[in-house]
Amino acid sequence: MASAAAESLVAGVRGSRRASAGLWSDAWWRIRHDRVTIAAFVVLAVLVVLALAADVLADHVFHMKFEDQELLKAYAKPTLDPLAYMLGADEIGRSQVVRLLYGGRVSLAVAFLASLINMTVGIAIGLSAGYYRGVWDDIVTWSVTTLNSIPTLYLLLIFAGLFTPGPPVLIAVLGFLIWTGIANFVRGQTFALREREFVTAARTVGASQARIMIRHILPNILPLIFVLAAIDAGGIILIESALSYLGLGITPPTPSWGNMLTNAASYFVRAWWLVVSPGVMIFLTVLSLYLIGDGLRDALDPRLRGSR
Amino acid sequence: MPLLEVKDLHTSFFTRDGVVRAVDGVSFELNAGETLGLVGESGCGKSVTALSLMRLIPMPPGKITEGQIVFDGTDVLQMDDDDVRGIRGNNIAMIFQDPMTSLNPVLTISRQISEALELHLKMDRSEARKRTTELLELVGIPSAGKRLDDYPHQFSGGMRQRVMIAMALSCNPKLILADEPTTALDVTIQAQILDLLKNLAREFRTAFILITHDLGVVAGMTQRIHVMYAGRIVEKADTGELFANPKMPYTWGLLRSIPRLDERRKERLVPIEGLPPDLIAPPPGCRFEPRCQYRRDLCREREPELASVPGAKPDHQARCHGTQAGGWLVDLDWRSEIGDVRVLEEIKQEVAAVPAEAARLGAADLTPREGP
Repeated sequence: MASAAAESLVAGVRGSRRASAGLWSDAWWRIRHDRVTIAAFVVLAVLVVLALAADVLADHVFHMKFEDQELLKAYAKPTLDPLAYMLGADEIGRSQVVRLLYGGRVSLAVAFLASLINMTVGIAIGLSAGYYRGVWDDIVTWSVTTLNSIPTLYLLLIFAGLFTPGPPVLIAVLGFLIWTGIANFVRGQTFALREREFVTAARTVGASQARIMIRHILPNILPLIFVLAAIDAGGIILIESALSYLGLGITPPTPSWGNMLTNAASYFVRAWWLVVSPGVMIFLTVLSLYLIGDGLRDALDPRLRGSR
Repeated sequence: MPLLEVKDLHTSFFTRDGVVRAVDGVSFELNAGETLGLVGESGCGKSVTALSLMRLIPMPPGKITEGQIVFDGTDVLQMDDDDVRGIRGNNIAMIFQDPMTSLNPVLTISRQISEALELHLKMDRSEARKRTTELLELVGIPSAGKRLDDYPHQFSGGMRQRVMIAMALSCNPKLILADEPTTALDVTIQAQILDLLKNLAREFRTAFILITHDLGVVAGMTQRIHVMYAGRIVEKADTGELFANPKMPYTWGLLRSIPRLDERRKERLVPIEGLPPDLIAPPPGCRFEPRCQYRRDLCREREPELASVPGAKPDHQARCHGTQAGGWLVDLDWRSEIGDVRVLEEIKQEVAAVPAEAARLGAADLTPREGP
């Protein structure tokens, strides 16, 4: 009995010690106790699942494909009969809800993939510039300042004019144009970290430069990069909508939240609900991404520890 | 053949203000399994010497301009980068001053220790983990197996220094460089860590170089001691000999400034007046001359060689005109004779007369950073 009690006590003590263990487990503990962030995660997850399940839902629930038209039902008000018009029908009688699901695919894929490219390029360039310094750093700094000094939208307009807009092109263009923020941040952090003693210690062990950058310096910056990337992803969705709004993003008939919003704006007086639904989707996604970014920062930034 | 032979090593830092000759013609030898203490004030080139041995001087601004470092028969300075990396951690390991900053805060202890194992001994993850546990037990970390996945901040300072020692020992190096390994620790932990180092070095027959500013630390630890001042070795002797029969006024000064608990001293501790010289423009003669209360005109004119001294063991060498053959300090009892009081006053006045100079020296002492 006594020994069992002692054992459970020890287990309890160990458990509590584990709870305050490393950076990641500590961050995980904080996020689990952060209801706003959890809610944002859930909302985003639901949106992703709905977008991924668009085919299944269109076939089995709404019985309507995204390109199916029914001109007699044009501008139909939201109704539950048939279910496909639960969010109304657009100007040529296509199901708004089904198009919204497919549009989510495009918009979310563009956001996540462009964000991934953004992160990869930003980390690679920032890390190497901060670590090697010298001429390479000068070139990077020059490019970053140049890119930053041109308003992003103009750059995107140029690119959108040069290439035929479509999801892959949009992903590549957005990913390769947004990286300056992350690159700048990573470069600055690397500057400071490369002078730390543990980097010298890693060198005395015989680690190569690539190993020092990737295994010793990068893990120190990665948490904050995730935060920046989450915020950038929100920004990318907004840029995609803006481009689609200008007719330079995803072109119909492929739906994206951005071009649906653009399209519906012309019929705002006649069917205002067509504007509301893609707007709400963009709003929810961007808000969730910002909240997740914010929550991650709170959870991972050691200076904010104990503030909650 | 000695394990390590350093010949006429010169390491300089090329700064805006001029060339800082941090290490200026240092030569010494070390046999396998031998222990050596490198002693001197801060800024005298000890750490730079150690970093030079592993070619870890940050370039630029630093550069090893001259000399040879023959380790195990090959000149480290002639190797290509891959070969040097093969030596680092594998044959020569290093323990740093501050265990708080020399462990990576976001990596687990086991990952940091197994790094060298994976790099040099090509172990896989599970082998490396097993060996890491053994190493942690070896350096006296209780329930080592459970602490493998802990992060550095979960360890105390002394424990972290043990982890650093485990890291250094991981590949069974032939030489360990310990750069002020106990300076950041409190005194009781200092003794434990020094004991551990000494025992492990003896057990594995590892040679080590202990770098410290504290003669008290090296006393029981090393077989030989080299005293450094302003980038040069000024005295070489066996440890016992150095404490019993030091032959260089700078060493006397260092010994006088150690507080002793076993003697009831009436007089206060005697500090060495002034600051180490500016290494951009060192004094023309003996580098210690501006602070030496035994100085004569000769000292200012010509720098003495590092040579054997009369009245001492044959391998005892000192860089001082006074104690070398025919000098005026040969028969002096350094304990009772604290030098010419007039000269001492003179030095104090010189130091006081140039507060700006002193401040500048103090700053210059910081700018040529010792290592990264």
